[in-house]
Amino acid sequence: MTPVCRVDQIEVEGGVAALVDGVAVAIFRTHDGNVYAMSNYDPCSRASVLARGIIGTRGGTPFVASPMHKQAFDLRTGQCLDDAAVRVPTYDVRVDEGVVLVGPRLESP
Amino acid sequence: MTHLRKRIVVVGHGMVGHRFVQAAIERGLTETHDITVLAAEARPAYDRVALTSYFEVGAKALSLLPKGRYDDPRVTLRTGSEVVAVSPRRRIVTLSTGEDLHYDALVLATGAYPFVPPVPGKDLPGVFVYRTIEDLEAIRKAARRARSGAVVGGGLLGLEAANALRRLGLETHVVELAPRLMAIQVDAAGGRTLSRHVERLGLSVHTGAMTEAILGARKVTGMALKDRKSLDVDLVVFSAGIRPQDSLARAAELAVAERGGILVDEHCRTSDEHIWAIGECAAPGGVMYGLVAPGYSMAEVVVDRLLGGEGSFEGADMSTKLKLLGVDVASFGDAHGTTEGALELTYADDVTGVYKKLVISEDGRRLLGGVLVGDASAYGVLRPLAASGLPLPDNPEDLILPAGGGGGLTLPTEAQVCSCNDVTKGDIIAAAEAGAVTRAGTTCGSCKAQTRKIIEDHYAGQGQVVDRSICEHFPLTRQELFDVVAVHGYRSFDRIVEAHGTGRGCDICKPAIASILASQLGGHVLAGSTRTLQDTNDAYLANIQRNGTYSVVPRIPGGEITPEGLIVIGEIARDHGLYTKITGGQRIDLLGARMEQLPAIWRRLVDAGFESGHAYGKALRTVKSCVGSTWCRYGVQDSVQLAIDLELRYRGLRSPHKLKGGVSGCARECAEARAKDFGVIATEKGWNLYVGGNGGATPAHARLLAGDLDTATLVRYLDRFLMYYVRTADRLQRTASWIDSLDGGLDRVREVVVDDVLGLGTELEEAMARHVDGYFDEWRATIEDPEKLARFVSFVNAPDVPDPDISFREERGQIAPAVSLGPTIPVGGAR
Repeated sequence: MTPVCRVDQIEVEGGVAALVDGVAVAIFRTHDGNVYAMSNYDPCSRASVLARGIIGTRGGTPFVASPMHKQAFDLRTGQCLDDAAVRVPTYDVRVDEGVVLVGPRLESP
Repeated sequence: MTHLRKRIVVVGHGMVGHRFVQAAIERGLTETHDITVLAAEARPAYDRVALTSYFEVGAKALSLLPKGRYDDPRVTLRTGSEVVAVSPRRRIVTLSTGEDLHYDALVLATGAYPFVPPVPGKDLPGVFVYRTIEDLEAIRKAARRARSGAVVGGGLLGLEAANALRRLGLETHVVELAPRLMAIQVDAAGGRTLSRHVERLGLSVHTGAMTEAILGARKVTGMALKDRKSLDVDLVVFSAGIRPQDSLARAAELAVAERGGILVDEHCRTSDEHIWAIGECAAPGGVMYGLVAPGYSMAEVVVDRLLGGEGSFEGADMSTKLKLLGVDVASFGDAHGTTEGALELTYADDVTGVYKKLVISEDGRRLLGGVLVGDASAYGVLRPLAASGLPLPDNPEDLILPAGGGGGLTLPTEAQVCSCNDVTKGDIIAAAEAGAVTRAGTTCGSCKAQTRKIIEDHYAGQGQVVDRSICEHFPLTRQELFDVVAVHGYRSFDRIVEAHGTGRGCDICKPAIASILASQLGGHVLAGSTRTLQDTNDAYLANIQRNGTYSVVPRIPGGEITPEGLIVIGEIARDHGLYTKITGGQRIDLLGARMEQLPAIWRRLVDAGFESGHAYGKALRTVKSCVGSTWCRYGVQDSVQLAIDLELRYRGLRSPHKLKGGVSGCARECAEARAKDFGVIATEKGWNLYVGGNGGATPAHARLLAGDLDTATLVRYLDRFLMYYVRTADRLQRTASWIDSLDGGLDRVREVVVDDVLGLGTELEEAMARHVDGYFDEWRATIEDPEKLARFVSFVNAPDVPDPDISFREERGQIAPAVSLGPTIPVGGAR
């Protein structure tokens, strides 16, 4: 796994972009202390922007809203909550002694 | 055999003549008839009921036929065509030009003229009547050289005229012969309450006062009252009633009523079978009606008769509801309790100036009429209740006690809600379901609120409640959230959501709360935990573009910029490889900046004296201006200076939606100020302030809030207007729809901003003063703060590597975004 930053470099309910093997990955930290990673590329707007989205919840689902046109993506699965046909790849991610480690892209759940 | 088309000639193009033509077109009368309308005035019909608003909205807004012609080619409108004679025997009318026109049916809609009592001095310069746009123009002109004025007549129209004089800045007297104001509509106690309201506005009321003479040698200098001190006034307006314009009918030897008016039967037919009379010139059964609604009914009756129908005029509902000088006044049904055995139920509160009276049938079961002064909110329910004869509830006093307002009553479907246009509750619901609208509320407007409520209640009854909660996390509107934050003094989203919401928010409530916190606390929008509440534009102080890059717009106040400034911007754009374009708001947009480039671009702009233009925020954008009196040969005021001053005053103000302003140096309006949320147009005397305009998908023209203001007053009103908007509007609600959403609309805004009826003026001004004092440039504050700067990197682990998904192509000699197909996954990428 690739160490990308310290967890405190990510604001609570904020995101950062990291370059992992030449690919832009968005890493988020939620209010309950969880860390999630998904592709930074928003397939709806075709732009590399997801790390700059607003984090929130719908019901119990943590999501990021694309800063471009506000489509919501489930932080856990990458599933678009506004369009069942759209999903963003997610990445294995872990926090070890305060360091965020990003692993391989996960298979579709 | 050829079918010959018949010709209807209509004499007079006032509101009633116009309604006749409209109904004739709508009901198909023009399939068989050609209609020629002869109007003596040069101006097509206009809304005389709203005449007083002429000073604010102008003639065009009042016109009932803005195009000047009807869409139906079988109708010909001839303005400036005065009819001088009618020959019933030959069935022709003769124009002042000598031209004769034949008719098959003649409709007289010649209206009425103002009555001026025969007092000495009534023909002096400075004496006016209050009936036409031309009268108002003449009054406005004379008011420029006058200090005080008197209106003779304290009826409905007289009080309207008094309000006009007051708005023109005159010390105003109202002289009424009867012992109370609005003697026809209200009773003695209601009249007293009304007088107190009117006097509180600074007008002098003289009831029971008889005008003996208008004084002055060459122009008005005063007026003499019987048994009282004379008044020093420079201007007198007579509004002592109207008389039917029946001279054509008299000359043609048609029957006229004893007290004037063309005598007609219940079909509105005169003593000649081919001639009809409608509106104020007519006297059905000998009675003349000086309101527009009965005239409309008469117009409909005649159209129906000409179509072969059986319609008849059955007398009229003389109910009235209006707002005079900011005071609600309504009377309906048997307001004076003249029905035998009628009982009265009254409620009076001298402190708040509310007086209400219900007239009830002897058996206590039916409402016959009533008078409402100071609070007429129950009118919408009470008038139809009286008209429909529905049984009264057990405790009729609840209908007029405070908090009651008749809200608990349900109107029957057949109850007439709009008496001007005869629209029932059933009509309104049917139209709403068909996605259409009725004419309810389009004439006098008194039933607008009731109409809205019927539609809302109808949908609420079907379970289609309009939920105005901002989102799933807060059961509150933006305004309620604003108040909650203010009352509790919250400073963070966490505290607000814990106390008043659920979950962790979303892309709707978070930016809204960020905006509310910015409005109340000031401070940097990226300070502490508020950064994660911001939309990406606010979060990066720039506008995101389709490829994830940003645009940068430095502030250029009023659109004024030096050659050096232009050169610096050009150099910065060139050195960073940015695309440049002139914006609609008179500034320069630099596009294509990658997020990590922003601080360096800002640094150079700030060093050259520029600051953030807030193009990214729901905030003040620009105040556009023309070159004004400094350069323009037409300009009458320095619009550039004012635009710069206003832009610098309100820069950085966070608001529910973006805000734009404009200042034009003369009435030519080159700055398009009326297309802005606030627009200022120079006059010879100062500034006119317009509010509620915007371009975009739903364009709106700003409307006049106040006229001829000096600069200090203008700024004070603007401070109040903007702060009131910031505090009370919904999320993403622009000023235009915010104004429309207020009960009372623009009038309400004027009451709060100009008349300060809520007593909020000082508070709103102080809030704006805090904003002005607390302003700082967000760009400079960001580049000077290492913690904030740390956010502006492409990758947290590779700060200097540009995002590989952003690329550009070239177009017309500049860069343009290239579409990214997404990250290329290395072979075996899904490890």
